Amino acid sequence: MYNLIKDTLISQVVTLWQVMMHMFVKADTVEYPEEMPYMFPRWRGRIILSRDPDGEERCVACNLCAVACPVDCIALQKTEDEEGRWYPEFFRINFSRCIMCGFCEEACPTNAIQLTPDFEMAEYVRQDMVWEKEDLLISGTGKYHDYNFYRVAGKKIGGKDKGEALNEAVPVNVRSLLP
Amino acid sequence: MILLFYIAGAVAIASTVCVILQSNIVHALIYLILSLLAVAVVFYVLGATFAAILEAIVYAGAIMVLFLFVIMMLNLGQRSQDQEKSWMDAKAWIAPSIMAAVLLAQFLNVLSQYDYDLVPAEVGVLEVSALLFGPYVLAVELASILLLAGLVSAYHLAKK
Amino acid sequence: MTFEVGSGLSIGAILVTVIIVAAMLIWVERRLLSLWQERLGPNRVGYFGLLQVVADMIKIFTKEDWIPPFADKFSFVLAPGIIMGVILLSFSVIPFAPGVGVVDSNIGVLFILAMASLGAYSVMLGGLSSNNKYALLGALRATAQMISYEVFMGISMLGVVALTGSFNLREIVLAQSDGWYVIPQFVGFVIFLIAGIAESHRLPFDIPEAEQEICSGYHTEYSGMKFGMFFVGEYLGLVLIASLITVLFFGGWLGPAFLPPIVWFSIKVFGFIAFFILLRAAVPRPRYDQLMSYGWLFLLPVSLINLLVTGAIILSIQ
Repeated sequence: MYNLIKDTLISQVVTLWQVMMHMFVKADTVEYPEEMPYMFPRWRGRIILSRDPDGEERCVACNLCAVACPVDCIALQKTEDEEGRWYPEFFRINFSRCIMCGFCEEACPTNAIQLTPDFEMAEYVRQDMVWEKEDLLISGTGKYHDYNFYRVAGKKIGGKDKGEALNEAVPVNVRSLLP
Repeated sequence: MILLFYIAGAVAIASTVCVILQSNIVHALIYLILSLLAVAVVFYVLGATFAAILEAIVYAGAIMVLFLFVIMMLNLGQRSQDQEKSWMDAKAWIAPSIMAAVLLAQFLNVLSQYDYDLVPAEVGVLEVSALLFGPYVLAVELASILLLAGLVSAYHLAKK
Repeated sequence: MTFEVGSGLSIGAILVTVIIVAAMLIWVERRLLSLWQERLGPNRVGYFGLLQVVADMIKIFTKEDWIPPFADKFSFVLAPGIIMGVILLSFSVIPFAPGVGVVDSNIGVLFILAMASLGAYSVMLGGLSSNNKYALLGALRATAQMISYEVFMGISMLGVVALTGSFNLREIVLAQSDGWYVIPQFVGFVIFLIAGIAESHRLPFDIPEAEQEICSGYHTEYSGMKFGMFFVGEYLGLVLIASLITVLFFGGWLGPAFLPPIVWFSIKVFGFIAFFILLRAAVPRPRYDQLMSYGWLFLLPVSLINLLVTGAIILSIQ
């Protein structure tokens, strides 16, 4: 009998009391449009294309991001400038497909494509969800301020020979007999 | 008040006719409930408030619910409705209804001999209870024993 | 026209107030639940979200009112009407304050019981006519639950009736002027509370419409305003049970004189509504067989013993 009363009545009353005490706990809700929540720097939100410190675009149109993309929302076309540098002729991200997985950022060899903490991307017209290169390109360096791919790449391009890159030794002349 | 009595009586008769004519059993039951409620209103108008409310609680509220409960379990579909409809042809009902009409005419004839004046007399709960537990206490006890027997047998069947 | 029992003004005011209160409970319930769950609840439409009800109403009225082709149209349309009608009729015998009420009936308690038992038809017909497995399961559960808990509800009311010696709810209130019946009839109060929650199938006894198990049970197929009538009917039932507890056990409109009687009545009713919502926030749903065995094996004997003891004490005092 005691157990019955304990299980049916007392435990319920204790439950009610404890739930009622939650009245005096501050609500966890963040009232979003008035009060912005803190977004962590590494939050995977809107995708941008960054530039290197010299102001050139970092993207070398290698297509790795498009390959890595699980929903195939990235489309780009490679072209070359007069110095022989690769850059995308167009770069298009369909944000109505994008799942913000960040695989493109991981795949990118030049840190060009980056995900930002911005998440307010709703549109009324579905076509507006497709972002072109001029929409994606920002004028800053994004998360990596000093990184410049062509300064560290061992690739010969116009204006920079092999071995002139940062922290790079001059290539060994294999035809020389000297050690 | 007397007008209410006639309206309720007419509703009771009309809905009872509908009970017989309906081929869909659920609709028939709804009409039966309506008929019982109309009878309850008749009781109420005549002053038998306790009887009226018991009619609503016991017949409309409990017994008909159990009827509907059983129908819910039976899963009667279109087939039973068609069957009901097939029994509705003139061959089946014309002879009984003529005989019933004859009886009804006789009944009305007998009733019209008396001169009723409908004077509602308020019979409260207290009076009914005093009668039930006074002169008719034996009948009440017998009824309760009958119900107990039903309960015990239901328990026995459920145990099996 | 003045405020007196049964005047047109009184009836109209009660009807409008009760329906508005029941509709506002949608908002009240969501706000209170969120208060206890450390959230904020609806606060966007109007001040504190007060116009949420209006938004809900606009939504529910403009929704497509769909009747499934496989449903039995007659009973399908009838069912939501029954619950609204029956519960609004039950309010006719509730004494809100001296002079405020629809009818001063000598069989008020019995009338409420009759209407409660007729309310079972709404869920039965709704579930049966939907021609849907979940709806039928919900209707079966609802019927069994309602006709079982009606018994305990009736018996627990009888203790109060025996103390007063009348089925008239107004007299029951007046008889409590020297002390509320919750003290002598505490067991009856607890049983009535439990049975009342089960009768209006509120959580934790919302087994007939358990959304997680049988996808909202008997009103699965309903949409638009027909669903809205079930919805408002449920809240009306909540208000009805709260008012009944107030009238039967907590002295109705009686209270210290610095507030008018109708205010005392409203405060008490709102307190019980808040308690019901707290129950929803705190207590988990029992299993169906637990509900049934709890009712028949625990509540029935306890309520019968309560009635017996009450009768014995009344007789011995006389």
